[in-house]
Amino acid sequence: MTELLVGTKKGLFLLEGEPGAAFEIKARAFAGEPVDFATRDSRTGRLLATVTSPFYGPKIFYTDGDPDAEWEQADGIALPEGGDQALERIWVIAPGEADGTLYAGGDPGALFESHDGGSSWELNAGLWEQPSRPQWQPGGGGLCLHSICTWPGDPDKLAIAVSAAGMWLTEDGGRTWRRGNQGLNPGYLPEEALKDENAGRCVHHVERALEQPERLFMQFHGGVYRSDDAGQSWNDVGGGGLPSDFGFPLMVDPADPDSAYVIPLVADMDRVTPDGRVRVYETRDAGSSWSPRGDGLPAEHAYLTVLRLAFSRAGRSDQLELYFGATSGDLFGSGDAGATWSTVATRLPPVFSVVAR
Amino acid sequence: MAVVCVRGPLRKLAGGRAEHELEGQTVVELLRALEVCHPDTNGWILDERGVIRRHINVFVNGERGGEATEVRSGDRIEVLPAITGG
Repeated sequence: MTELLVGTKKGLFLLEGEPGAAFEIKARAFAGEPVDFATRDSRTGRLLATVTSPFYGPKIFYTDGDPDAEWEQADGIALPEGGDQALERIWVIAPGEADGTLYAGGDPGALFESHDGGSSWELNAGLWEQPSRPQWQPGGGGLCLHSICTWPGDPDKLAIAVSAAGMWLTEDGGRTWRRGNQGLNPGYLPEEALKDENAGRCVHHVERALEQPERLFMQFHGGVYRSDDAGQSWNDVGGGGLPSDFGFPLMVDPADPDSAYVIPLVADMDRVTPDGRVRVYETRDAGSSWSPRGDGLPAEHAYLTVLRLAFSRAGRSDQLELYFGATSGDLFGSGDAGATWSTVATRLPPVFSVVAR
Repeated sequence: MAVVCVRGPLRKLAGGRAEHELEGQTVVELLRALEVCHPDTNGWILDERGVIRRHINVFVNGERGGEATEVRSGDRIEVLPAITGG
């Protein structure tokens, strides 16, 4: 049985089912509220959700019990009081390597840490006080910290991505940070801006290859990139078979560092699936070549938008399950590493995020 | 003392009561006083900057007010979420 946590514009949906078939909606929480992201900490079973009320601001809530019942508000999700900025949104929550540790990424470029399983949080000062922060430029979704890549077995190593402040790396548990943008080519910037090697690096999503943790894949604003040196430098690997260099979601097979998946969109000015066809593209050779995987997905008149956190996985290798949702409210899944697909749910509110387990 | 009136989830966070008699010279002082009395409201009306959240309206005796609006004893301050959304 696979569980899907689906954050939508109108609440959190918890679905259960078997790969290859429609899933059943088992619970809905935060009815009417935008749920940006939700996950379950597999170490404790705790559910955590990020909710950005248009009235009351961004919050993290958690529950150890029935998702239909009352959730607790987590403490500490705020920027320093008395400053000139307010927290706009929490984009993502990721479990850390140390017991009880979780990370949350938000706008404006804020990283929060919890060391008690998500009950209380504190702002990561090292990143917040980066001297270059005044020069950070937001992307269309704000200055969102959307990707948090831990290093299996080493709680001191983290790679994070901020749109459009690029990649940031730490090897001391977040006390100090350095950039990791070498090789990224922001062809969308005017020539004058290219002289600054860190300006406007609009990273859309990053995932680490768990069996080879120095390898990361990135969907960039223009291009798909791979790093083999823990995020320090990047090579464009999007040339071989992708229909466009634009998109947001990306997944990596945890069992195979050469296998990754992206869902391209037409372009930044036309953020829908190309040619009216919904297809996931797969590489099995670390990005040298990409092949479409669309068997069972809408093949015509389908102009879907899939957001960066609306793609998830469960299992591994041949039993790799892949799931993604669109702003159309459609949810699709594969139980055979993308070879075949089926419709998991339809007519949900616009899907912001999907987490499978 | 002025009276701060809250509704919906704010009422629940404020101990289940809609009306709160509080001391303060301005709207923001009253809202801070509400947070002191009911810490669960912290961050729900005012953001980290001490600014009333964008989609929350505050009325003082029926007139639209802001953080710095002066209040007097007996004034009635209504805290209302805007009718917005999509």
